[in-house]
Amino acid sequence: MTVTLPPSSNPGPGPAIDEEVHGVSLWRGAFRRIRRNPSAIAGVVIVLAFTVVALAAPLLTTYQPGSAQWSGQVTPSSVPGPSDEHWLGLDRFGSDMWTQMVYGARQSLIYGVISTAIGLTVGASLGALAGGFGAVGGRIGAWVDTAVMRFVDVMLSIPSLLLAVSIAAVLGQNSYAIMIAIGTAQVPIFARLLRGSMLSQGKSDYVLAASALGLRKRRIVMGHVLPNSIGPTIVQATLNLATAIIEVAALSYLGLGSSDPAVAEWGRMLVAAQDRFDAAPRLAIMPGVAIAITALGFTLFGEALREALDPRTRR
Amino acid sequence: MTAQHPPVSTPTEPLLSVRDLGVRFGVRGQKEIHAVDEVSFDIRPGQHVGLVGESGSGKSVTSLAIMGLLPRRGVRTSGEVIWGGRNLLTAGRREMSELRGREIAMIFQDPMTSLNPVVTVGVQVTEVIRRHVARDKAEARDRAEELLRKVGIPDPGRRLREYPHQLSGGMRQRVLIAMALACGPRLLIADEPTTALDVTIQAQVLEVLKELVSGTDAALLMITHDLGVVAGLCDEVNVMYSGRIVESTNRDRLFAEPRHPYTGGLLESIPRLDSPRGTPLRPIPGSPTETLAWSEGCAFAPRCRNKIDLCTERTPALEVQADRKLRCFNPLSAPDHEGAVSR
Repeated sequence: MTVTLPPSSNPGPGPAIDEEVHGVSLWRGAFRRIRRNPSAIAGVVIVLAFTVVALAAPLLTTYQPGSAQWSGQVTPSSVPGPSDEHWLGLDRFGSDMWTQMVYGARQSLIYGVISTAIGLTVGASLGALAGGFGAVGGRIGAWVDTAVMRFVDVMLSIPSLLLAVSIAAVLGQNSYAIMIAIGTAQVPIFARLLRGSMLSQGKSDYVLAASALGLRKRRIVMGHVLPNSIGPTIVQATLNLATAIIEVAALSYLGLGSSDPAVAEWGRMLVAAQDRFDAAPRLAIMPGVAIAITALGFTLFGEALREALDPRTRR
Repeated sequence: MTAQHPPVSTPTEPLLSVRDLGVRFGVRGQKEIHAVDEVSFDIRPGQHVGLVGESGSGKSVTSLAIMGLLPRRGVRTSGEVIWGGRNLLTAGRREMSELRGREIAMIFQDPMTSLNPVVTVGVQVTEVIRRHVARDKAEARDRAEELLRKVGIPDPGRRLREYPHQLSGGMRQRVLIAMALACGPRLLIADEPTTALDVTIQAQVLEVLKELVSGTDAALLMITHDLGVVAGLCDEVNVMYSGRIVESTNRDRLFAEPRHPYTGGLLESIPRLDSPRGTPLRPIPGSPTETLAWSEGCAFAPRCRNKIDLCTERTPALEVQADRKLRCFNPLSAPDHEGAVSR
């Protein structure tokens, strides 16, 4: 025999093993990849700028949103344009447009983050329930998985905006309703995504190895399967922020947003601008562009994050 | 480490006894596939048994059946796996979960994927210890450190805080060995533990395994396609082909005088340093997919050099002979008549 063992060398601390290159941590590697990607940088800049404006809104303007202080200056045929006092001019109700825009950003961020958080929490819980039981297998596991996912399928079969409109209509015209509505519409996406990745992780080698060591199913699902599956869900949340901001604008455009004039919403600003579009098209263009750029920023950022965290796309 | 287990009544009584094990995979509406059939072997305390065969010969399925880790859907098992008077094939899920890791542990082929990438090594080693032995966190931690030192990992305290991707393949396999031996199992099943490693690391890992297993009275079931591993590690060898054992004997006899043409072919297809330069390797012709169903004759017949008419007419049985068990109508002759190996 020639393929036998070499003479028994000391298997202990050998340099061949110790000097193995240390890997780069997941997040540090992801950060490095984002820095090399121009569209990712654009996304990060937009998201950062939007967030700063939203958080610092009270510092960026001395006026209050929806104050209608200068309504006397607005006539049916003309709306005062940019001046030293009002950088972006007035809106058709006589409020400062810059203030409206800045507070609109703040409102969009609040709506987007909270509704996505609702969707993520509920969706991920349902997904973890289905995926956890599905990964465990057995008759009960399969039953729970099927029951939860059929419920999610029913939600998914209703177009998300229609679902959001129905919920907002039932809950009435206020900020909470709009967030719950859009959050609910996001639930199926998160649930399916998390369940799918948990099921595929459940078939991986380390799960088999953990079962071979006698670890309990609950421990395997919570301690091993879930932490490995949560990544795509987090990335999806970033992408969903973009959708949420657009959907919030759509709902408030449709008149389902907050009825409080002191709450500045980009979507409602679009509606208000409609009947003065001939006289002052900027009133529609500004919130429209703001919505588009913000959504683009979150989309670019989310895509970059997905690529950066996905080892298969590493360059 | 093994003091916590009840003493084995007599040293010769088998620890694990596989009796006529059969595993069938079936999808509704399709013909069942016999992955493993008529597999019987014993493992005595402290014994090192090899299960050898090509890919697809049923070695891994056999080990998963022993561990109770085969999926439940679409799989039918028959026969018995006797462990401590119980049949593991019919044991409950909870019972098996208590047994796994504590009494029977297993090491898998690919150390790159057998550790959870997002959890530190320390958590993964200690959770096994805490599951079966120590409830106390600090105690489990100390034990984990000691285990890593035992398998030859330098600076174990630091390694415990690291993630699997920060460790090399050889080191990860050592960690997996440490995890498998953490609770002092009485049987360790190693499913091709070195296949995914490069050759120099293979030798080191085997050495660690050998040292640790012979240090305890644990038995070892070594599943491999590498006869070199068998030569270095096993006392008894079972050669499998297409789901059945075709030859079963002790290591020295197997290497000195293989009787089954498949075993002979395996030995001949290994390059030898002591053969003259330029001697071509003699591979076994064909591929493992060219098999006959065992019900129609000998599965190895289509690839066999010693084939006679009987081989495709009747199914050979595993016959007990003086020095081995053999499933062949026309075995290679013993080397004292003609050099069977060194042709």
